[in-house]
Amino acid sequence: MKTIDHSLGRRIFSLPFAFCMSLLLGWSLSMPVYAESAEEKGLRIARDADARDHGFGNYTAQQTMVLRNKHGQESHRKLRVKILEVPEDGDKSLFVFDNPRDVQGTAFLVHSHKEGADDQWLYLPALKRVKRISSSNRSGSFMGSEFAYEDMTAQDVDKFTYQYLRDEPCGDLTCFVVERVPTDKDSGYRRQLVWFDQDELRAQQIHFYDRKDTHMKTLTFEEYAQYLDKFWRSGLMTMVNHVTGKSTTMMWKDFQFQTKLSDRDFTKTGLKRVR
Amino acid sequence: MLHRNVLPRIAPVAVLIAGIVLGSGVRAESDIYFDFSGKISIENRWFPQTNLYPHQSRHSSGFVFEPELYFEGAEGWSFTLVPFFRYDSADSRRTHGDLREAYFLLYGELGEDEWELRVGVDRIFWGVIESNHLVDIINQVDVIEHPDQEVELGQLMAHLTLSGEWGIAEFFVLPHHRERTFPGRDGRLRSGLIVDEDHPTYESSAEQWHTDFALRYSHNFGPFDIGISMFDGTSREPLLRPCFGPDVAVEDLVSASRAESLVPHYEQIRQFGLDAQMTLEDWIWKLEAIHRSGAQNLSCEEDDYAALVMGVEYTFYSVFDSPADFSLVWEWNYDERGENATNIFDDDLFFAIRYALNDLHDTAFFFSMMQDREHSTNVLFLEFDRRLTDQWSMNIEGFHLLNSDEKDLQADPIRRDSFLELRLNYNF
Repeated sequence: MKTIDHSLGRRIFSLPFAFCMSLLLGWSLSMPVYAESAEEKGLRIARDADARDHGFGNYTAQQTMVLRNKHGQESHRKLRVKILEVPEDGDKSLFVFDNPRDVQGTAFLVHSHKEGADDQWLYLPALKRVKRISSSNRSGSFMGSEFAYEDMTAQDVDKFTYQYLRDEPCGDLTCFVVERVPTDKDSGYRRQLVWFDQDELRAQQIHFYDRKDTHMKTLTFEEYAQYLDKFWRSGLMTMVNHVTGKSTTMMWKDFQFQTKLSDRDFTKTGLKRVR
Repeated sequence: MLHRNVLPRIAPVAVLIAGIVLGSGVRAESDIYFDFSGKISIENRWFPQTNLYPHQSRHSSGFVFEPELYFEGAEGWSFTLVPFFRYDSADSRRTHGDLREAYFLLYGELGEDEWELRVGVDRIFWGVIESNHLVDIINQVDVIEHPDQEVELGQLMAHLTLSGEWGIAEFFVLPHHRERTFPGRDGRLRSGLIVDEDHPTYESSAEQWHTDFALRYSHNFGPFDIGISMFDGTSREPLLRPCFGPDVAVEDLVSASRAESLVPHYEQIRQFGLDAQMTLEDWIWKLEAIHRSGAQNLSCEEDDYAALVMGVEYTFYSVFDSPADFSLVWEWNYDERGENATNIFDDDLFFAIRYALNDLHDTAFFFSMMQDREHSTNVLFLEFDRRLTDQWSMNIEGFHLLNSDEKDLQADPIRRDSFLELRLNYNF
């Protein structure tokens, strides 16, 4: 879930090198030599954040979601996530449900694309049936959670327009606050505000505004860890819906990068084989 | 009482399992991953109308046990075992067992492409349509389990898949034929005459051991998912004799010359199939078509025929300011044999509404209506699904036959068999 976290790291070859780079980067992001517009700066931050995650190849992880309604009642979801980086196109994602038990073995395959609609298939093990499903339901709830499908699948830089707003402290860090507007008419959002920390360009917080421009949801990222000395992933994401009072906590564990996964695991044949 | 076809095949499977268990003893135990899951359901069906035939009851209750055992070796092979057992209080035939799945799976690379081999008992589904599974032919349907013909019996097969950028090619060798299940004398939802399951006849002298073959090529590009298929072998759909001549009046059929039962006859057929889906934003367009040769029609004449179903589904997402989805489905079934068609889909319109709340409980409603354009028969179907806890879930189903036409030979015997079913499932 490259998309949710934008948890992007970079390879640090040596400490002095890293120090120089971060100085250079800080300078390049905050003090452009020419009059950079807010749009250009926003896009540059987003591109930079995206570029830091290039080359992860693939990864797998275990995900636990805790869904809470406004009365505090809880419901749990467990799934396994497999992501494959596709250099010239959008990533391929596979979600396999382990819990609740009635949907155990159900699998959801997404081929996201830089241009045009994503391709999505659902495997229903009880019927042994692979169903192609529409990707226009981007704003729909993922498994009854406060995460929408569009929050779960790969979002390409090109699927938004950007505007840099301001610098702002975020916890112990300082963040760039960037507004992004989805270009996809099926998006449930009018705009999003993203807080990127200036150290590693990791998303720290996202505010989601619905089509009526109401601040509907807030997503916060915690427990960042770095994998293969490069790729940052958040281990704890919390999505709060301010309109309904519901929330979803998403916990990640067992990240494994650059496994044996290949294209073959993300086909319709591979989908039927999934466990 | 296990279905008599099951027993001979449970023995080799038991040997396989024993082999695996012994094998796992030889190797380090952690080499084999094992998973045990499944479902236990208790079920009640009520038939509000009095029975048409003697011995049928107004109520049936029962349970289903369907565990799944999964073994996976470190080298990538796996073995899946899914036995099935159902107990029914009203119809002794509905108390039945089956081996739904018992197969080895192996796969690997082939240059740029991939191969996959499944050997054993498996279930295969082809198709895209809701109301009728026209193209789907590999497995026999377990009609006694559910009259909607969605439940499949396990089929012994060797299934090779080759796939790559060019698509997916599948080859099937099917050495054994499963007979269709039918309700017994005490069961509801049956034909006027009982189907004699003990004395089926076959066109092939090899009877149920005739080796059938099937091929399928499928691919997806852009919004399209397309499959073409061919099947050559024993028909899954039996011709139920005594046959009705073309000039026999309906009244004579009902008395049916005092015959005591219908004898299923399985013919040798060849079927070409096409299934296609175009997924365009909120619209899904669907098509299934077949051409079948070698089968007799309802008048006992060999009659090559084509049949098709086309449909469209439109979904309104996030309706009523909620996460709920609301879908409308429309399908048209056509069989060029018309009145001589051996199924109920000769010229039928299907309309359905699906309302999925997308809430914590995955609450969903489904309502459908099938209307025969030749007869006045209307079939209504209602389903409600809801998860109760992480492990418990429930379903309610309603089936109602509206305006059954006495000239509609398939619908008339079940005209008083509308039912309401409540099922409670424990998923583990």
